[in-house]
Amino acid sequence: MPLAKISMSVPVVVNAEACIAGKGCTVCVDVCPLDVLAIDKALGAAYMKYDECWYCLPCEADCPTNAITVNIPYLLR
Amino acid sequence: MTHTTSDNQILETDILVIGGGTAGPMAAVRARQKNPDLRVTVLEKANVKRSGAISMGMDGLNNAVIPGHATPEQYVKEITIANDGIVNQKTVMAYAQRSFDMINLLDEWGVKFEKDETGDYNVKKVHHMGTYVLPMPEGHHMKKILYRQLRRHRVQVVNRYMATRLYTDKDGRIAGASLLNPRTAEVATIKAKAVILCTGAAGRLGLPSSGYLFGTYENPTNAGDGYSMAYHAGAELSGIECYQINPLIKDYNGPACAYVTGPMGGYTANAHGNRFIECDYWSGQMMLEFYRELEGGKGPVFLKLDHLAEETVREIETILHSNERPSRGRFHQHRNTNYREKMVEMHISEIGLCSGHSASGVWIDENARTTVPGLYAAGDLGSVPHNYMLGAFVYGAIAGEDASDYCSDAGFGEISSEDIGTEQQRILAPLHRTDGISPYQMEYKIRRMVNDYLQPPKVPKKMEIGLERFREIREDLPLLYAQDPHELMRANELQFILDCAEMAAHASLYRKESRWGLYHYRVDYPETNNDEWFCHVQTVKGAGGDPECFKREVEPYIVELDDEEKDAYRKLRVASTN
Ligand SMILES: Cc1cc2nc3c(=O)[nH]c(=O)nc-3n(C[C@H](O)[C@H](O)[C@H](O)COP(=O)(O)OP(=O)(O)OC[C@H]3O[C@@H](n4cnc5c(N)ncnc54)[C@H](O)[C@@H]3O)c2cc1C
Ligand code: SF4
Ligand code: SF4
Repeated sequence: MPLAKISMSVPVVVNAEACIAGKGCTVCVDVCPLDVLAIDKALGAAYMKYDECWYCLPCEADCPTNAITVNIPYLLR
Repeated sequence: MTHTTSDNQILETDILVIGGGTAGPMAAVRARQKNPDLRVTVLEKANVKRSGAISMGMDGLNNAVIPGHATPEQYVKEITIANDGIVNQKTVMAYAQRSFDMINLLDEWGVKFEKDETGDYNVKKVHHMGTYVLPMPEGHHMKKILYRQLRRHRVQVVNRYMATRLYTDKDGRIAGASLLNPRTAEVATIKAKAVILCTGAAGRLGLPSSGYLFGTYENPTNAGDGYSMAYHAGAELSGIECYQINPLIKDYNGPACAYVTGPMGGYTANAHGNRFIECDYWSGQMMLEFYRELEGGKGPVFLKLDHLAEETVREIETILHSNERPSRGRFHQHRNTNYREKMVEMHISEIGLCSGHSASGVWIDENARTTVPGLYAAGDLGSVPHNYMLGAFVYGAIAGEDASDYCSDAGFGEISSEDIGTEQQRILAPLHRTDGISPYQMEYKIRRMVNDYLQPPKVPKKMEIGLERFREIREDLPLLYAQDPHELMRANELQFILDCAEMAAHASLYRKESRWGLYHYRVDYPETNNDEWFCHVQTVKGAGGDPECFKREVEPYIVELDDEEKDAYRKLRVASTN
């Protein structure tokens, strides 16, 4: 069965300028209970890879540079 | 653990704790304290630093039994009545008797509970009869405190590995578990003398009305893994028909009313702003009144705070917007909801399985033992009703201690290489295909069917149709396609969900009466029938592979109920709103 791609707006926004993933930080990726964040190596910043968020906020609370903003997912906003 | 998928290395530990949320860390620490020679491993799908229901802390202890405010006997009575009589009182008593020591231990570890001027715990009344709620407005450091204890007691922690199945030996005794790394798709086997399941509720059973798969009340990491693993290992499950359903803010998955705002003067109201239930403590009976008001002419239901003084509202905001579910403030902001100006619309949650809130779990006795030798369960998964967070800690401790004793006599069970081969093939199959059905779609379909056919009010024909749909989805499993290890995790989780859905339908069909208010409201048998159904309903994996149910007698009570108390939870509706 062939697959199609659908685009989704994701709730987590990372400020790439503030993010220090390029220096080796992975805190948000480490703490997310749903494992939905990842590091974009080329960009040197974290991003939300899967739209599967509990809007629970450990990523935002533990980020050392306040680079993360978690919004409420659009479907329930 | 650095082996590849084809590597069949077998790891070994004495006690394996699966799930490092709330009960899990406590179980591991107590096991090590009891016998420091044991190797104790906590296996966590996420990361113990921020995993589970309490990842951002908690607003309070819902069920604290504190001398001077309540006795263990009173608590056992309250829960027996709240759970319509169907409890193994010994398990509730074991919790109640250890509740106060556990609070003191947590206090010693640095958990901040609300205290009065004299330094005593500041307990509040929320339940229908007794006084048991201990607020913890500064409760955000729970996970940090637990993590410190895990390190201090040198518990081995393995993050980002999920257990997929338990292994038993040829005599049915626990032997270990099969593991999957959701980032690399590495698989592994771990042998253990004892296994303690602390995998939380089955939180991804129903679909939230927003349609967002992960907008569940429970932490969605808890997909029902433990229910399914215990089931396949041959354990008895209990009260699966006694669903978890919670009153929540509409569209937002945070609880609000009873425990935080209740003691400060907030309450659940109908559209006219009137109270319609006497007591906001969560019970099936309360949920039934909630449901009726929601669907009735005076619905929907609201959380009323607009009558409170400014400083009270500010205090409520501080707690509700910073602890436990801290994104709540953002949600209200988008909708221009200000507690001071208007009531907040409420709704009921999707259905789930959970003993922490309701009474659906893996059957355990007062030592946290399941019916499979060497297998324990604690927390939301263990069948002790209304156990909540403190119950998770107490039963975690009980399980850790008992498993530690068990290990002094027990050896390792043999895991057959055939079992390992079959299991690893099963786990990895979706990754080996090149196209097919995405886990996202299949999970959505299962959970949509759960809503359509399994949600109360329960109708038998609907349950049967639901089972037919689930069977068809099961036939689609060979089409399940995962594009990467992350999707492979979801593909495995949806199989846990499917097992839970089938168990929920079977158990709901089996109990031919209504009980626990909305949790098991059978439209065809609207009355409670104590003559035939004053018993537990147990669910096991039958010989044919489908769930089978049977009755288990309720053990004789150790605390007798007075006749006039028995109906206390059935008289929750405020008389003037009938
Ligand atoms: C929003 C919310 C508010 C609550 N408020 C209160 C309150 O105010 N007061 C109160 O007393 N109680 C409250 N509770 C209930 C209380 O939090 C729970 O009863 C308790 O924390 C459950 O503990 P647990 O260890 O069973 O589950 P959890 O703490 O959820 O831990 C389960 C762990 O298992 C892991 N896991 C799951 N599957 C696997 C697998 N296959 N392999 C490996 N690991 C796995 C998960 O990642 C998770 O870390 C609340 C619950 C929720 C969800
Ligand atoms: S925690 Fe913050 S700084 Fe670190 S990777 Fe994530 S977003 Fe970047
Ligand atoms: S809010 Fe929670 S689920 Fe969402 S990305 Fe952050 S840590 Fe993960």
